[in-house]
Amino acid sequence: MRRRIDCDVAIVGGGLVGSSAALALRGMGLTVTLLDKGFCGAQASGVNYGGVRRQGRPPEQLPLSQRAHAIWPRLKALIGHDGEFLRSGHLKLARSEADMASLEAYAIRVVGFGLGLELIGHNEARQRFGLAGDIVGASFCPGDGQANPRLVASAFAAAARRAGAEVLETAPVTGIVRRGEGFVLEAQGGIELTARSVVNSAGAWADQFAQAFGEPVPLMRTYPSMVVTEPLDPFLAVNIGMEGGGIYARQVARGNCVVGGERGLPLPDPDFSRPRGEGALAIMQRAAGLFDGLRHAHAIRFWSGTEATMPDGNPVIGPSSTTPGLVHAFGFSGAGFQIAPGVGEVLAELVRDGRTTTPIDAFSINRFNPVSSAAGDSR
Amino acid sequence: MPLLHRIARTDHAPVAFTLDGVACEGRTGDTLLTAILCHADKLRDSEFLAAPRAGFCLMGACQDCWVMLASGARVRACATELSSGMDVVTRCGERS
Amino acid sequence: MSERAAPLVVGAGPAGMRAAQALVEAGLRPLVVDEAQASGGQIYRQPPQGDDRSADALYGSEAAKAVRLHRGFAALADRLDYWPRALLWNLRDGVADIAVGGGNRRVAYDGLILATGATDRVLPVPGWTLPGVFTLGGTQIALKAQGCAIGRRVVFIGCGPLLYLVAWQYLKAGVAVAAVLDTAPLARKLHLLRGMPLAPAIVLRGLRMAAELQLRGTAIHHGVTDIRIEGRTRVERIVWRQRGRDKSLACDGIGYGLGLRPETQLADLAGCAFRFDRRDRAWLPERDVSGRSSVPGIYLAGDGARIAGADAAERAGERAALALLEDRGLPYAASRVAALERDLARSDRVRDVLDAAFPYPAHWSRQIADDTLLCRCEEVSAGEARRAIAEFSLTELNRLKAISRIGMGRCQGRVCGAAAAELLARETAQDIAAVGRLRTQAPVKPIPFTLTTSNEPHEPRHAPAH
Repeated sequence: MRRRIDCDVAIVGGGLVGSSAALALRGMGLTVTLLDKGFCGAQASGVNYGGVRRQGRPPEQLPLSQRAHAIWPRLKALIGHDGEFLRSGHLKLARSEADMASLEAYAIRVVGFGLGLELIGHNEARQRFGLAGDIVGASFCPGDGQANPRLVASAFAAAARRAGAEVLETAPVTGIVRRGEGFVLEAQGGIELTARSVVNSAGAWADQFAQAFGEPVPLMRTYPSMVVTEPLDPFLAVNIGMEGGGIYARQVARGNCVVGGERGLPLPDPDFSRPRGEGALAIMQRAAGLFDGLRHAHAIRFWSGTEATMPDGNPVIGPSSTTPGLVHAFGFSGAGFQIAPGVGEVLAELVRDGRTTTPIDAFSINRFNPVSSAAGDSR
Repeated sequence: MPLLHRIARTDHAPVAFTLDGVACEGRTGDTLLTAILCHADKLRDSEFLAAPRAGFCLMGACQDCWVMLASGARVRACATELSSGMDVVTRCGERS
Repeated sequence: MSERAAPLVVGAGPAGMRAAQALVEAGLRPLVVDEAQASGGQIYRQPPQGDDRSADALYGSEAAKAVRLHRGFAALADRLDYWPRALLWNLRDGVADIAVGGGNRRVAYDGLILATGATDRVLPVPGWTLPGVFTLGGTQIALKAQGCAIGRRVVFIGCGPLLYLVAWQYLKAGVAVAAVLDTAPLARKLHLLRGMPLAPAIVLRGLRMAAELQLRGTAIHHGVTDIRIEGRTRVERIVWRQRGRDKSLACDGIGYGLGLRPETQLADLAGCAFRFDRRDRAWLPERDVSGRSSVPGIYLAGDGARIAGADAAERAGERAALALLEDRGLPYAASRVAALERDLARSDRVRDVLDAAFPYPAHWSRQIADDTLLCRCEEVSAGEARRAIAEFSLTELNRLKAISRIGMGRCQGRVCGAAAAELLARETAQDIAAVGRLRTQAPVKPIPFTLTTSNEPHEPRHAPAH
């Protein structure tokens, strides 16, 4: 049952990054094949917290983040679905004076990026946002918000399909090699692809493809831990985060409250994971202490997922350091959701033009293998 | 008109409770679901379609019988014993 | 032996009670946890204290078994730990999270017997969420455990032996049973003849119940389809089709069920392998004749592993305990093994007969109208499910859940999972087994945000058995 496909671009990994790249490339008129080892949007893209935030990102991510920021309100027009995007604002809490100082320093550092951050004291945080608990203050970004991760990634893949991308699910890529000026890919189910360019957006599985092209990366798997409640009366209008980590919480339009923090643990099959029971309980207790609205709430489900994390917390985005025509975009370290639609556009530019208007040098794969970035190294 | 009709324990010790502000009586041994539905024909309105619900499986599996107490606490009526003074609210706030 | 943790039995129905008994008799001190306030599971559910109905009134032909089981379990009281009102909501690597007494207890176990029982299986019909519509199991619990009837003029709908049993129990309790609507064609009942040599008492009892119902004025209709439940704010009427004609009946209570479905969430969390069972038309945890699952140290017994009835549950509970003892290197009653396995094999053959006589109308999934609610918790209609399947090219059940919200609510797919799978299979022209099964996520039932972690020993209030 062999199937041969030829296309301009093969995208390995159908999460939000790969799917948005597929859509953007179709918009440029290139032929695209999008492959996923399972179902598009089922991995990190679909199980993350759902925060759509620029605030808190390191400054080098902000140009990319601002590019994505412009896309979120246009989702309905772009992919036929608004992804339940809500511009609810992002409120980052400080539990101590040191944390507050940290928020103040960040606000100064990013003042040129137009995030519109408002620093807030303890009383205003209480009155304006209904917070209980010991909060010294907070930083508010009114333009940030939240969306439904399960829908967004899958909706991008469905839109790419409607736009004429060949979307192949349950088709793990078993090999990629350079051949002439392009690539040959093999995928399970007897699929053989030839493509001019390849995008490696394979998330927690991207390192094996980078390795295959002589660019090993120190990618680690991390497993977030999420708890969701039954539908509750509205009590939380903003997306809450915490300086220094610890807990994040948001309430969706239907009333369920999503609370995250802690780490999950992988199962015997490391592609699957679960929150730790004690970890989830700790998050629940902490959240009930912060929000009166959660005092009587119940957790109806926990979930986890597999994220790819890089040691410096920044993703790998950009051309391969060894192989022309190969572009990497992975390792979003638990913060890929908001920027992914922007990354998709950037990847399309990189494939078509060999460069992008958005600064991405900080995310070069070279930073992990400085030796192999020597000019003239080719395969 | 109530949904449930007593056949046993009709003469048992009454247990006072409040249902939407109205004083009612159940019987010792009642679950909260039994006590409510011997007086009323619903336990709550559903969250999204505001449709009346009165439980389904009575064995703690279907999760249809959640009721709110005046304190804000939520309990599964079929799995909660009626206790004296319980203050039950069968209307939830509407949510979009 | 004192270094090893105690075995854990989940469920105090007939399977769990017999398993606990066998473990205690072998000198172990198991922990038995159960969500209900008293032992008995569903079929032997105990009414509250002071309910003065006799065992015969409560349990009918099974009264002697019920009394024996309850007395036997009560006699074990000081040789085991029994936590009623305890919810085991998570387990991993030999440690269980149990919500009891307002706190969370983390309990290490060595040997786990899952005797988690079953709930009613249903398919959505218009009006099925109306107040006054209860499952057959729920209808039975209202009567048996709470001494209430679900209406003054009740109609029973569905398939399976439980349909006739509950209708008959209501009749005996003096409630007007307007009709029994059996989804199976009458001709199917001929299969019961095959059951005569195997289990004559069961077959004759069933026939007698049906005869009594009819003699006392209950209409029994066979081969009913196109069920619609009507009413403004509660049940008022049932409408159906039969032999090409539309029929209706006024009623104020409906008991509805299409057989039973095992509660397999804990087996899934424990990592047990599952396989699709064609007879039960459900994904079930794999288990051998001894009750051993695919995971060493985990045993499955009773309706929680596969629907087989209360008598088989007692045998399976005891058999699983013997397997646990054997695996632990302890002496066990090897002579009992052959007898138990023989009984279980016979029960299995009886089940084949019952399944043929009371077939599950899976084909109803063909007819679920777009505006009928499929998921009660999230209030998602069949039409919304179909649109999601089409828009997102969905072929797998967990993906359908992620996109449409079906199965994402409080009940985690217990009520809607079977129907969602049927609809997805139909919409995508796949075999039912190909669409997959809903993956279990802890907590298996909702737990309060204020559940505190407790390290103190838990001393439950002991409620005396009847």
